[in-house]
Amino acid sequence: MSDIVLTGRKVFGGVAEGEALVTRQNISTWGGVHAVKGIITERRHELRGKSFKDKVLVFPAAKGSSGWSTVAQVIRMAGQSPRAMIIRDISSLTGIGAVVMRVPTVTDLDRDPTEIIETGDWVKVDADNGIVEITKRNRGKDRS
Amino acid sequence: MVKLATDEQEMLDGKHGRAQQRAMEILVQYAEALGAERFVDTNNVHLFVGFHPYPEVIKILDADELASRFLLDTEEKIVVDRVKAFNTTHIWAMDLDRWQIMGAPESLHNLMESIRKYSIRTGICLSATCTPYQVGNVPIRGEHCAWTESSAVPFCNAVLGARTNTEAAHSAFPAALTGKIPLWGYHLKENRRGTHLINVQIDVRDIMDWYLLGYYVGEVCQLAVPVYRLRVQRAPNLSMLKGLNAAGASSGGIMMYHIIGVTPEAPTMEAAFSGNRPKETLVYGESERRQAYENLNCAMDENVDLVNIGCPHYSLEQLRDVARLLDGKKVHEDVTLWIWTAYQLKAIADRNGYTDIIARAGGHLMTDSCPLNTNLFPEGCRVVATDSAKHAHYAPAIGGMDVFFGTMQQCIDAATTGKWRGELK
Repeated sequence: MSDIVLTGRKVFGGVAEGEALVTRQNISTWGGVHAVKGIITERRHELRGKSFKDKVLVFPAAKGSSGWSTVAQVIRMAGQSPRAMIIRDISSLTGIGAVVMRVPTVTDLDRDPTEIIETGDWVKVDADNGIVEITKRNRGKDRS
Repeated sequence: MVKLATDEQEMLDGKHGRAQQRAMEILVQYAEALGAERFVDTNNVHLFVGFHPYPEVIKILDADELASRFLLDTEEKIVVDRVKAFNTTHIWAMDLDRWQIMGAPESLHNLMESIRKYSIRTGICLSATCTPYQVGNVPIRGEHCAWTESSAVPFCNAVLGARTNTEAAHSAFPAALTGKIPLWGYHLKENRRGTHLINVQIDVRDIMDWYLLGYYVGEVCQLAVPVYRLRVQRAPNLSMLKGLNAAGASSGGIMMYHIIGVTPEAPTMEAAFSGNRPKETLVYGESERRQAYENLNCAMDENVDLVNIGCPHYSLEQLRDVARLLDGKKVHEDVTLWIWTAYQLKAIADRNGYTDIIARAGGHLMTDSCPLNTNLFPEGCRVVATDSAKHAHYAPAIGGMDVFFGTMQQCIDAATTGKWRGELK
């Protein structure tokens, strides 16, 4: 039983679930991620040193370099992909990035996913139907 | 669902060959990812091909196979005949002539040679620069483009009034093959309107000031369309806006902005916002300037190993100025000085004696690339000084470098003394 359901739209199709890794900071893959190791490397990023492999990566948007999809593709080839992505604001970089990352990805949700989802929550992304089901890690806490 | 015009459907159906068909497949997926309704024709693409990411992941040498795997994202070998759209290219993995100075391995050079031959065969125009607008690709107001390079995009949009989103290797190559790009984002007038008002209270005087302004506003506004209202009206020049653009697209993702009274879509504040109500009004003063400066400076050891300037590629003005600063000086024996520009601008520097002055001082005038692209820093390099907020932003994450950021003059002082003595004035 999920605690919260968000609805939005597909960016890249498929269904996957996993543990959420959430940031409220935008991500630059080129110059901010080590693709082969699958970790965030940007000097002042709150997820610096964290791996997104097999997580459901929840973030507001892309920033920075146009190398976003180049790194996203190498992340996939190196087997470091997240299981799914939830992107608050789509842009050209995350749009083409999701196409080459080839993991279920959604955007345009009815509530801000970076506010609702916390790191450690269990999240199912049904990108084909634009549905995100969230099971809170800490069920005792206030629910939004 | 994206609606396809007849020629687009034909390409998707394979009537014009497998390369255009695969390109159209990617573009349709991309358009659907964005939520775009249709495509627009483009005949101006800034490609990102001169780069082989992570040879440890893919060990292919055949250029057709490489292009298929990387740029067309398929295991199938697709041989491209000719790309359709006019194009230029973003930076190359290394300086095409001086790659050995960068410490690039010969194997990478050989690989890049095969990509170079592929490019020439397929009608890709090798310009190898992050600043296409300096070397013959100057879009006209309203022109629909498909440009890579985050610092070049705001030049195209905000400074020239042409239209592009920040494209990537995987969207730009299909755009060049088909002459199509999703009609979305900054191709549409309504998305080009200002969203945030930035009251710039202090005089923005020099290139470093513009970098700092962009770095602060990029970090705060991220993907917004900032509208700069300058208290001290002073028209910036190309070198300054090159810095503003690079900084705002590093700390954030600014692809479009307005400077009231300066950029073409903002003759007035009303025109800049065109009916949008500012979501936020920010003040940029001395303390914001200092904050940006401190966020960029992370080195502690004053002994500098590398002075790396020309990110984005130096303008003619900057080449002239750096030659003047270096004239008759000597680079310290413990320091490497790399100055980056576009190949064409180096030709002018050669003719005007700038290159000789730099060489006599012991520096290197380099072209086509930068150390970040392939993570090629001099051996043992740990501390870097730069006059670029973009290089200062990325060098720690990419190369593990500690960075000093300052003016060109402070960088040349560090190059000649071996010590960083820069501070914010």
